[in-house]
Amino acid sequence: MKAVNQAQFTFPSYSVNESFGRAAVTAFLAQIDPTVADLTEIKTAVSEAVTNAIVHGYRDQIGTVYITVKLFENGKAVVRVRDRGCGIADVEKAMEPLYTTGGEERAGLGFSVMQSFCDSVRVTSQVGRGTTVTLTKHFEPKP
Amino acid sequence: MSVQLSYKDGVLTARLAGEIDHHTAREMREAIDDASQKLKPYRLRMDFTAVPFMDSSGVGLILGRVRLYGFWKGRVVLCGLSQSLSRMVELSGVAALAGVERRAG
Repeated sequence: MKAVNQAQFTFPSYSVNESFGRAAVTAFLAQIDPTVADLTEIKTAVSEAVTNAIVHGYRDQIGTVYITVKLFENGKAVVRVRDRGCGIADVEKAMEPLYTTGGEERAGLGFSVMQSFCDSVRVTSQVGRGTTVTLTKHFEPKP
Repeated sequence: MSVQLSYKDGVLTARLAGEIDHHTAREMREAIDDASQKLKPYRLRMDFTAVPFMDSSGVGLILGRVRLYGFWKGRVVLCGLSQSLSRMVELSGVAALAGVERRAG
């Protein structure tokens, strides 16, 4: 299926840009007039993915975070968050609830939140090459 | 400032303001921990009335304070949670570790 609209943007992995990343995605999705609940869900999921890229992917460096958002005719949105950082050796383990390598202040809930708030979460990663998180969510038309 | 602190009768109240993410949680954490370690309050009230959004970093902020207050058997109480924040709190199970008040203030 062909996307009816799409946006791409990049920014350096400064933690101050976390709010920009999620806000830019929600601003683009506003054109499909989503419910507040749906918009909050995708905003939260994107925030988790962007934070992962910044905190984990680029843990020892500043790199570029790449985001693409695609909209399809049936109300499906696909958000891809990509980094060229350190990669994840064991994706399955990284996705376990409460598992974190981020220290005491990280709850280890990032992937759980993404899975709860999206229809599907796909993670591909290569050690030394980076990680791509693809979030898919259907937006129902407002009643 | 993203957090306003006030202390009365052994209770430290932290009024949080703005979106909570990994970036903003740091300043909040440092301010709360600084006052907490000096005062050792028996209770920390985290007021989320002015927080329109938080991701799992907010959960981490709560969990970290529950852990800190455990050192002197203090307790953490949450209030002013919007519907979407309540959902994050419930999803994470942190509600079992911190008390949740319905009313803010």
